[in-house]
Amino acid sequence: MADQTLPIPGPTEIPRIGTAGFSEWLHSWIVTVDHKKLGILYVAYSLFFLLVGGVEAMCIRIQLMFPHNHFVSPQVYDELFTMHGTTMVFLVGMPILFGFANYVVPLMVGARDMAFPRLNALSFWLTAFGGILLYFSFVGGFGLYGMGSAPDVGWFAYAPLTAKAFTPGHNTDYWALALIVAGFGTLGTAINLVATIISMRCRGMTLFRMPLFVWLMLAVSGLTLVTITPLTAAQVMLLIDRYLGGHFFDTQAGGSALIWIHFFWIFGHPEVYVLVLPAFGIASEIIPVFSRKAIFGYSTMVGATIAIFFISLAVWAHHMFTVGLTSVSIAFFVLATMVIAVPTGIKIFNWLATMWGGRLRFDTPMLFCVAFVFQFVIAGLTGVILAVAPWDWELHNSYFVIAHFHYVLVGAIVFNIFAAIYYWFPKVTGRMMSEKLGKWHFWVFFAGFHLTFDPMHVVGLLGMPRSIYTYPANRGWNTLNMVISIGAFVQAIGVLIFVWNLIQSLRHGKEAGNDPWDAWTLEWATPSPPPPYNFAVDPVVRSRRPLWDIKHPDDPDWKYEE
Amino acid sequence: MSTAPIYADENWNLPSRGMVAMISLLIGESAIFTIFVVAYIFYIGHSVTGPTPAILQVPILNTICLLSSSITIILAERAIEHGQMRRFAFFWAFTMALGIKFLVGTGLEWRDLIYNHGLTISTNLFGTTFYSLVGLHATHVVIGLIMLSIVLIFTLTGHVKQQHAERIKVLALYWHFVDAVWVVVFTVVYIVGR
Amino acid sequence: MKRRPNLPLIRSGVFILATFFVALPPALGAVARASANTLAPKSTQAHEIFSLAMFALAIVGGIFVVVESLLTYAVIKFRRRKTDPDQEPPQVYGSLRIELAWTVIPILIVIVLFLTTARIIFAVQDPPPPKNGDLQVTVVGHQFWWEFRYPTLGIVTANELHIPVSTRQDPDPTYLTLLSADVDHSFWVPELAGKTDLIPNHPNHMWISPHKPGVYYGQCAQFCGTGHANMLLTVYVDTPAQFAAWVKSQRRPAVDDPAVAAGRHIFEMDACANCHTINGTTAHGTYGPDLTHLMSRATIGAGVAANTAANLREWVKNPNSLKPGAHMPAMQLTNQQIDEVVAYLTTLH
Ligand code: HEA
Ligand code: HEA
Ligand code: HEC
Ligand code: CUA
Ligand SMILES: [Cu+2]
Repeated sequence: MADQTLPIPGPTEIPRIGTAGFSEWLHSWIVTVDHKKLGILYVAYSLFFLLVGGVEAMCIRIQLMFPHNHFVSPQVYDELFTMHGTTMVFLVGMPILFGFANYVVPLMVGARDMAFPRLNALSFWLTAFGGILLYFSFVGGFGLYGMGSAPDVGWFAYAPLTAKAFTPGHNTDYWALALIVAGFGTLGTAINLVATIISMRCRGMTLFRMPLFVWLMLAVSGLTLVTITPLTAAQVMLLIDRYLGGHFFDTQAGGSALIWIHFFWIFGHPEVYVLVLPAFGIASEIIPVFSRKAIFGYSTMVGATIAIFFISLAVWAHHMFTVGLTSVSIAFFVLATMVIAVPTGIKIFNWLATMWGGRLRFDTPMLFCVAFVFQFVIAGLTGVILAVAPWDWELHNSYFVIAHFHYVLVGAIVFNIFAAIYYWFPKVTGRMMSEKLGKWHFWVFFAGFHLTFDPMHVVGLLGMPRSIYTYPANRGWNTLNMVISIGAFVQAIGVLIFVWNLIQSLRHGKEAGNDPWDAWTLEWATPSPPPPYNFAVDPVVRSRRPLWDIKHPDDPDWKYEE
Repeated sequence: MSTAPIYADENWNLPSRGMVAMISLLIGESAIFTIFVVAYIFYIGHSVTGPTPAILQVPILNTICLLSSSITIILAERAIEHGQMRRFAFFWAFTMALGIKFLVGTGLEWRDLIYNHGLTISTNLFGTTFYSLVGLHATHVVIGLIMLSIVLIFTLTGHVKQQHAERIKVLALYWHFVDAVWVVVFTVVYIVGR
Repeated sequence: MKRRPNLPLIRSGVFILATFFVALPPALGAVARASANTLAPKSTQAHEIFSLAMFALAIVGGIFVVVESLLTYAVIKFRRRKTDPDQEPPQVYGSLRIELAWTVIPILIVIVLFLTTARIIFAVQDPPPPKNGDLQVTVVGHQFWWEFRYPTLGIVTANELHIPVSTRQDPDPTYLTLLSADVDHSFWVPELAGKTDLIPNHPNHMWISPHKPGVYYGQCAQFCGTGHANMLLTVYVDTPAQFAAWVKSQRRPAVDDPAVAAGRHIFEMDACANCHTINGTTAHGTYGPDLTHLMSRATIGAGVAANTAANLREWVKNPNSLKPGAHMPAMQLTNQQIDEVVAYLTTLH
């Protein structure tokens, strides 16, 4: 039981982009197998698609500003919301969160790279290719007539609308093929992350000393393995129907439309937890650091994560309360859905307890995280409202549902994505992001968010269904839709401030040093940006907060753990 | 540079990353097979026209071949652990032969179904679910055989050595999985569904 | 200096929340001329859902206020101040007792909410089976219109459903069987009932027991293709007398006015007859709506346009100009032929 030493390297030079020739630089990014570069590629790729998906959302909102508006044709509107949903979930949410994981997890567990660097590169390029294939649909096939053959069946692509008889072009093929390709990429990354987390931890990094972000990514990767695969299987069946004349979802030949709905949500529900759990992980890193306190109830947090993992596999039919299930099965899924509020609540309360008695520093990452907690509580509670099945019979497929899930997807996940970018940007680039622009970004986006998504609840309660490109003028929805659309523009301004901040800080941000936030996990023990090999000497840890132990040798954490 | 004293556990053994990755992959694969099996079971008896599962013949010999290949591959694993490379090559090739026999048997079965019973993937729901489930499994056998033959080539050229036993085990795990899935497919298609 | 939670602030928070959810929609709905408000129940099951909803809202509203107040309090109370000492605050790693508390309390809340919900699920979904004499209607969803069949009355109509009122003293519920001819649709009239999907190969059932005569608006609530937004739905809840009169008028054979024989001839000879039925003629198509009593309906094209001669003309000329994606082709008739057909259609009372 020998004591060892952990070297804390001093600051190094920040490498400048553009010293080498452009083609060399480009080549180095394309052939890279370094988890950090791949992480950056993932994040850049997803941010690009966030803008694309955002522009699609703006078009949706312009179309819905007035009743009987003619900004886009119905066909194009259907393509817009399908592509918006598909893009945001598969080309923004998943890759960006896997991107953060790619960058941070090996650093956090004290490894020099992912378990399989080349698989990692392959996975990224598969994901990227999936995205390109999806967007190629705008010009491919019967393309560029109006808007080409972009998918137009909703991101849930309910059968039999997807059958050749009802969507004869290639729209649906693009949807299925692109997602199968991107899905293989995601699976590769998930396998890689599991192997990294299980097999690559540095000395002393026992499972119960891993940072919570790593725990959550382990759960997410596991969940990915068992949820992306059913989607892939269902999409293969769909393609068998479309190309080989199969009958899986052919209602004329005795096939069932219902089984697609089951298959999709067996994937679709756990998928939303795949998106939200990394966001939980980000909050579990940022809130303690900016509260200057250890996370409250580490083991309970891990337990809650595992509980969410299992329960989320058994709630999918809460998306199907109106398809005519028996009352007993509805009751079962109501119970399962409501039970998931318990472990989620534990997380909320533990974050609150972490802040309680702390000394809160409201730098931009923390602002986004606090807003995340605030909004996630509301989103979760509207989720519970939807879980009250009879009420869901009224609310299903209305804008209330749209409001619920944008509160999670934007109010929780996008907010935490921003938090994570402000938090880890100094590590990745060696420069700080501008706090002043950061505050502007936060407040404008926050205002836009509430202006958009708060009235959406009301318009949903007033009976406005989703997926409609136009609406009657006499239902009392006009003013609210106008407000919602204005809110979307305010959000866009917030996003533009963010983009500006990124570009500015990349060039002129002030130097960050190794550990600008005075944080505690291993990634802050390396130089910013970390060298290709991450750690000059393999680190050894003895507690959950190795850097706290170093900074407070008189009062180290390991005295209190276990 | 500053340093700080910290504590180190004496032993620090983590599971092999190859094994962890293979197990993860197989968990994902199981989910895919589950969906196809569920679809098969759900659609039993739903076909409106055309042949029914009654036309199927139970492929007993095939099944015996595939299942015994799990035993031969275990013998091959043992052999490489003890560095008996000749023995390893023999059992490895034997495993492959059994796999190939299985594929040929499946091919003949399909030929019979297509030409004598007129059952294709687009005939009816039975055809659709049958060919996709059995075909999905056969695809896995093909992939397995490709990987096995690569190993065989490297063994014969002398590139596979005792220290590769760990990786051979990872590959063998995949083969065992393919066999285990066959037990499920066999039960569902030829026993329950007939 | 100790700060107390700002009670007036919390109270006004509750008030705003309550207004937001419960008061605002009806207020806005009242402004609307054709409201589809989910919080304005007008039938037995809508009332059941509404009271359950208010119960659930009270619970989640309470949780909202408590949790968000704690958060606000923490943010204000524990923010770093200039005067703070430079060292780290005391580190707390957890407390099993507290964590147990915030596990058990939510579990109890969930149990209460679940049991209440379950009761209403069974009450609304599994009503006593229809008695002899209860009205039964088969609803068939088509891309992008509704077909209503009254098998016991021998009536077939489209897009506008007529049902009798069902008072507490004299209950007269209507039972619907929901089918689909092509893709998934969903039947939704917010003020009368929650939605039920129409799925091919999967018949569904629901019932409506409306309390107040009047006109109720709804629309298809499951994305079903280009015309989904225009798949509107109107329900007329009639008094017993009105309903009897309506049934009588629908059971008459189609009006046959010799003055418009030319139009009728075009209708029967051109392809119209392949898709539409007009009782008493050779037109027996079932792909499009039954037109026997077309003029008894207030709108055409599932609610996209008022049923006027001008709109009918536009419709027959080019249905897609009124309703993009509609599955009726423009029949390439000459202007004169169109005039004659429309003249014929307007006699179909
Ligand atoms: C990341 C995304 C995400 C997350 C985390 C969630 C979380 C939850 N969701 Fe949501 N949901 C979506 C994304 C998400 N959802 C999407 C995208 C759709 C629509 C898809 C589509 O149709 O296109 C959807 C749709 C959806 C429906 C179907 C609506 C319909 O179509 O009719 C339902 C119904 O039950 C539901 C419920 C819930 C519940 C109960 C939670 C719970 O996990 C919430 C738990 C959290 C809390 C409850 C708050 C904190 C807890 C406490 C403070 C403790 C005390 C609380 C209690 C005791 C109640 N969601
Ligand atoms: C992570 C997921 C995510 C995110 C972030 C968002 C973000 C937004 N969404 Fe989205 N949404 C979904 C996931 C998401 N959505 C899903 C899954 C559906 C269901 C789809 C379906 O039914 O099939 C949906 C559906 C959906 C609808 C319903 C459409 C319909 O049913 O008819 C609407 C309507 O208002 C909407 C609006 C918005 C808005 C205003 C934002 C805003 O928050 C967007 C803010 C971002 C921006 C405004 C970007 C800013 C861009 C610029 C500033 C341009 C700069 C350009 C360059 C520099 C080139 N969304
Ligand atoms: C290929 C089939 C087809 C043919 C041919 C056809 N229709 Fe139609 N028609 C439809 C369909 C489908 C609808 C419902 C469209 C919708 O609401 O989405 C419809 C709707 C209508 C309506 C409105 C009915 C209502 O209550 O909303 C009228 C009127 C009508 N058709 C008249 C005609 C006339 C006149 C002709 C011949 C000149 C004709 N149709 C030929 C399929 C057809
Ligand atoms: Cu029918 Cu939407
Ligand atoms: Cu869900």
